[in-house]
Amino acid sequence: MDSYKTDVLIIGAGGAGLRAAIAVAQADPGARVALLSKVYPMRSHTVAAEGGAAAVTQAHDSLEAHFHDTVAGGDWLCEQDVVEYFVGQAHEELVQMEHWGCPWSRRPDGHVNVRAFGGMKIERTWFAADKTGFHMLHTLFQTSIQFPQIERLDEHFCVDLIVHDGRVQGAVAIEIASGEFKLIQAKAVIIATGGAGRVFRENTNGGIVTGDGMALAYRHGVPLRDMEFVQYHPTCMPGTGLLFTEACRGEGGFLLNKDGYRYLQDYGLGPATPEPRNKAMELGPRDRLSQAYWHEKQKGRTVQGPHGHVVHLDLRHLGEKKLRERLPQIYELAVEYLGVDPAKEPIPVLPAVHYTMGGIMADGKTAAPLPGLYSAGECSSVGIHGANRLGSNSLTELLVFGKLAGTEAAAFARKHGHGDAAAIGALAEEVRGHALSLVTRPSGGERIATLRKEMAQCMEDGCGIYRSADTMRAACAKLAELKARYQHLHLDDHSRAWNTEWLLAIELGYLLDVAQAIAHSALQREESRGSHQRLDGFAERDDARFLKHSLAYYAGAEAPRIAYGDVKITSSPPGTRAYGAAGEKADAEARHV
Amino acid sequence: MSETITKSIVIEVMRYRPEQESEPVWERFTVPYTDDMSVLQGLQAIKDDQDGSLSFRWSCRMAICGSCGMMINGKPMLSCQTFLRDFAPGPIRVEALAHLPIERDLVVSVEPFVKKLESVKPYIIPKEPRALAQGEYLQTPEELERIEQYSSCINCMLCYAACPQFGIDPEFTGPGVLALLHRYNADSRDGGQAERMEVLNAQDGVWSCTAVGYCSEVCPKGVDPARAVNQNKMNSATDYFKRFLLPGSKRGGKP
Repeated sequence: MDSYKTDVLIIGAGGAGLRAAIAVAQADPGARVALLSKVYPMRSHTVAAEGGAAAVTQAHDSLEAHFHDTVAGGDWLCEQDVVEYFVGQAHEELVQMEHWGCPWSRRPDGHVNVRAFGGMKIERTWFAADKTGFHMLHTLFQTSIQFPQIERLDEHFCVDLIVHDGRVQGAVAIEIASGEFKLIQAKAVIIATGGAGRVFRENTNGGIVTGDGMALAYRHGVPLRDMEFVQYHPTCMPGTGLLFTEACRGEGGFLLNKDGYRYLQDYGLGPATPEPRNKAMELGPRDRLSQAYWHEKQKGRTVQGPHGHVVHLDLRHLGEKKLRERLPQIYELAVEYLGVDPAKEPIPVLPAVHYTMGGIMADGKTAAPLPGLYSAGECSSVGIHGANRLGSNSLTELLVFGKLAGTEAAAFARKHGHGDAAAIGALAEEVRGHALSLVTRPSGGERIATLRKEMAQCMEDGCGIYRSADTMRAACAKLAELKARYQHLHLDDHSRAWNTEWLLAIELGYLLDVAQAIAHSALQREESRGSHQRLDGFAERDDARFLKHSLAYYAGAEAPRIAYGDVKITSSPPGTRAYGAAGEKADAEARHV
Repeated sequence: MSETITKSIVIEVMRYRPEQESEPVWERFTVPYTDDMSVLQGLQAIKDDQDGSLSFRWSCRMAICGSCGMMINGKPMLSCQTFLRDFAPGPIRVEALAHLPIERDLVVSVEPFVKKLESVKPYIIPKEPRALAQGEYLQTPEELERIEQYSSCINCMLCYAACPQFGIDPEFTGPGVLALLHRYNADSRDGGQAERMEVLNAQDGVWSCTAVGYCSEVCPKGVDPARAVNQNKMNSATDYFKRFLLPGSKRGGKP
């Protein structure tokens, strides 16, 4: 097999991976970086992020306020020291993006403009119309081109990490165009492969968001942390799950039930004012809004549509001019995909899975418990999102922690050499044999798509917006069944070049492992916190038992083992999460203490 | 819950499996569909239920990742943004993007495009260096407007499949990349025009364009590469004028 040596290998070339690659190149201009991705960088799912990136920007804002919004938004399951670092670095990273050419939307005086976002007390979300992720991704990709030491392996599909001598030492990948295997030997490895939203049926994610990096680390004994916390975004397209950005509400959009009533006022988010008010009503956090939808549906106050029950996202009062300027992509999506002109009609929406708060366990400097391994972006659990992420924190996260992962991995690589090539080569051959067996072995009777659809349905049924032990147990049992059936996959395609069915089969394996980590972590958390809400007698947050991170450990064919780890509290002891008028009252009281 | 499927449409797909065929062949599939299904969803249904060996790229499903461009009834389009209902009763003919080497089925080689993209220095070469501590460069909404549409290119390569000149001369830099070049040249923060002039003036640069304009017509994001190319013809001509007719003046750069 072809083998290739580098100093730092980065798996995933979306926002976090590209930012990390540039950081390595800048930290150590003599270092070689291999940037490997199953797609070309500009196809990575960062491209689909719409609303914006958060950083304290205005004079009347403060790092403390961003910290508090994030920690309370995460229902106190955040690593507070890491959040402190994050809010402190955020602004400089967004300025860096500006210097690299990101076309941020501007104020008339030429300064970067900011918009309101859910759960954020003060407007601090930088945006590039409603294509912020697209512009950030292309800016990072194009900027990376000026660093010749970044060697890209585009359209290479990673099948396993190489762990030897107690540390990670590279990875094995399939060159998709030829189907040939390559060993990339590295002194340090950064995983930046994004989330795993495709384990659920209705989701906003691209087809490539299959939890690859999470599963790779997990299979090598690295725990996946806080996987039960899966974000439902409240405003998505029925049927496809495509996203209508939170910026729709940041710009002043309303959510209406079938009676045209702004129902969020019934769920502790009011009062309903005509002008948007930060941290109230439509600008509440995503978990609360998706939960309110669920209750409206139970009460029969949603509208039955061809793809399930919907509520209405009403943007009509913003007017066509503002919609075209601030939300052009949303306008286009509504017209082209739904035949709805948002200047004239409300858009039917429902919640869909959007984001995995949890991920590969990482310390505050992005290091995994496995020496030499780092992670950044959605695949990583560095600890800033807790039990619910605030919109616009994740684009900033991939910059702040992508950069940190790059500098940390470069430092690790400087202190370590390449391991024994013969031993590593032998490991790589084993990996190759295993991956190849999927296409060479006699086909069983199970179609990939059937298994994938059953998995996605069982996760939606068992681990949706509201959960109970019996539904979660059913999901766990179904996943065990699907893992057994996975051993009997049928492939139509036994060729090598561009065999995407083979890659789908490997991805399905990743998805099933990550799904198990989610379902079992959820079942064992007997409380309600953030995006994890239970109906079966555990409706309250239980800090005495569960102010803890869950840690899912891979156990092969068996169910994962779930352990718990401490949460770092620095300045904000767990308190009441309050929004709307109640939140303003609580803030006022806090100021007088 | 979802619409009951009662209709079906024939999708004819150009297949090419290098390990199996020496020449592309057409294959017919009958696909049940609903009115909200895209051509991409039609292809996914084929792959899921009928023939797992059909290969095509896709990801975001919302016309922003640029993966799923293909010829649909002879026209370059994004399959995620094109709907089966618009072709009823069919059949629909789907094939790999024109003018680009086919790797397999609907998958074309992206590498030549990326090499061109890399060649135009598509990054800010600062006019005035600025430290991070100094904050952002000021850029007015009007200055932003000048680059906005050219920065909206999703690299889907539909314009390459549309460009007759690229069809004749695969070395031609081509519409998308020339638009990107213009995006940086026109950025108020950038001072790299002179460095990029070399690509513009080269034989396969801006002067290869024969001003057909089909590139702008097929662009799914409203980028107008033809306009960018025209602007750059002016820049290139000005550069020529300065270099050869006004000796002593600085090569390239902004007037």
